[in-house]
Amino acid sequence: MSIILDKVNYVYGAGTAYEAQALKNVSLKIEDGEFIGLIGHTGSGKSTLIQHLNGLIRAASGGIYYNGEDIYDRDYDMRGLRSKVGLVFQYPEHQLFETTIFEDVCFGPLNQGLSKKEAGVRAFEALNCVGIPEELYYQSPFDLSGGQKRRVAIAGVLAMKPEVLILDEPTAGLDPGGRDEILDQIAKMHREQGITVLLVSHCMEDIAKYVGRIIVMNQGEVLFDGAPEKVFEHYRELEAIGLGAPSVTNFLHGLLERGLPVNARAITVEAAKHEILEMIAERKRR
Amino acid sequence: MTLCLSGGVGKGKRTGKSMIRDITIGQYYPGDSPIHRLDPRVKLFGTLIYIISLFIFKGVAAFVLAAIFLVAAIKLSGVPFFYMVKGLKAIVVLMVITGLFHLFFTQGTPLVSFGALTVTREGLKNAALMLVRLALLIIGTSLMTLTTTPNQLTDGLEKSLAPLSKIGIPVHEIAMMMSIALRFIPILIEETDKIMKAQAARGADFESGNIFRKVKAMIPLLIPLFVSAFRRANDLALAMEARCYRGGAGRTKMKPLCYRKCDYAAYAVLFLYLASMIALRFVWIRMSVFLEW
Ligand SMILES: Nc1ncnc2c1ncn2[C@@H]1O[C@H](COP(=O)(O)OP(=O)(O)OP(=O)(O)O)[C@@H](O)[C@H]1O
Ligand SMILES: [Mg+2]
Repeated sequence: MSIILDKVNYVYGAGTAYEAQALKNVSLKIEDGEFIGLIGHTGSGKSTLIQHLNGLIRAASGGIYYNGEDIYDRDYDMRGLRSKVGLVFQYPEHQLFETTIFEDVCFGPLNQGLSKKEAGVRAFEALNCVGIPEELYYQSPFDLSGGQKRRVAIAGVLAMKPEVLILDEPTAGLDPGGRDEILDQIAKMHREQGITVLLVSHCMEDIAKYVGRIIVMNQGEVLFDGAPEKVFEHYRELEAIGLGAPSVTNFLHGLLERGLPVNARAITVEAAKHEILEMIAERKRR
Repeated sequence: MTLCLSGGVGKGKRTGKSMIRDITIGQYYPGDSPIHRLDPRVKLFGTLIYIISLFIFKGVAAFVLAAIFLVAAIKLSGVPFFYMVKGLKAIVVLMVITGLFHLFFTQGTPLVSFGALTVTREGLKNAALMLVRLALLIIGTSLMTLTTTPNQLTDGLEKSLAPLSKIGIPVHEIAMMMSIALRFIPILIEETDKIMKAQAARGADFESGNIFRKVKAMIPLLIPLFVSAFRRANDLALAMEARCYRGGAGRTKMKPLCYRKCDYAAYAVLFLYLASMIALRFVWIRMSVFLEW
């Protein structure tokens, strides 16, 4: 099971004065069960790219294959694809519309053809998962705070039980506590249910500690693609396109440049601390 | 933009929205040509003169002159001709109906007849004239809207109509409403597009089923759209009040409109055009008198 993108190109407003090439020859392979971070500067084409993955926008050229099947085949089941690849949009809170939170979360499962009862069970699980307290279930979604709306909207996609979960900046504008809570929850689902997760962000620190692979986009192209430590080795190039590695990585590279023999591959504070202590112990031993 | 929301087996693409995008009127084509730089009042007035000239003058020569004038203006504006013609696509139906009416319902010397319908010489002439007229009219107005931003346009209107405020017509408020409405159109289109995609990602289907199902399927689209429109309107009102907006009285402009040399030159050209049209008309009457005689 995998998603393959083969030289995907996309142009907004083709044939108008505002033509803009948003994707240039993007080729990717996403394996089953991966946890991937998609990073890029504002306007680098992240949102455009992920909307290709469930067929919401159609590539101008190139091919996309889900589990080996060409999704642009004339008789490909596009709605089936959308229930397998769940996409949480940037600012998803603007898509809420039902009279109660619970019904809004049921919308996806009902569209999948589930019975009311099954949909209800799914909604219950999903809302529970994103941490919405039960007493809110039957309130209007419009009365919630921004962060709560965000959680409800994420639950709306989780309730569809997708095989691949794509989240477009799910934590933008949330407080650090809420951010960690949501990301932890997603990481837990990845661990326990084995779903593939693609997390879009423009903040390295956010995702460095969760993901197993990072894809860096710049001006519509894939710039780097690999394990976080590998990608962060290019910290200078990353800085040049306005991203930068996590500050711990920068710090370790700084130490290295000043002549301290530290292993600069750590990407979390704990790992960095460990590396530094290791290095000091090593020096003492000598 | 290509939006493939169609839920499955080889269905056609959505047409509704691409229609909205095909209407050129009201779409600005960025550029820095002499036409772009003209004062919006010149362009408004020029368009008005042009439309009037299309309707009061007759004869092939007048239309040739009108067409030449328009083509020259288009060339000068640097907007690709293709954009002008795009505006025509939206009124093709109207043009066909008008053409047919004139073709069949004009009295005169019959040419051919299909059953009860007869094509007359005069009908053919009238139909051709009407079509040319409509085409020139649409292209002419498109040229104005393509080279003038909506804001400039409303500024121009406001200033031109300012005398009306003396008799109690709230010109400034009307102009402000117009510019806000114009500004909101692309935002709402974009918003619609986004919400539609977001709901499609949750399995919504806007296409299949009978009319009732389709209307019901619009609810997940319309409610968020209205909510967001009201929110935006609220925010805008608040932002305007926070900057002490209190309507038109005593308000000055950041970029006041004032005529420059090239604007006077443009007025001169317009006047010249009008004069030649009038001259042509007299020549034409003379000629037809002469021909009849
Ligand atoms: N609806 C649209 N119409 C025209 N151009 C668009 C549209 N959406 C995006 N673009 C353009 O496509 C490019 C990529 O946009 P995209 O939304 O994919 O960026 P992004 O990486 O998601 O940015 P952000 O971090 O701000 O969300 C940008 O240059 C943008 O201007
Ligand atoms: Mg984005």
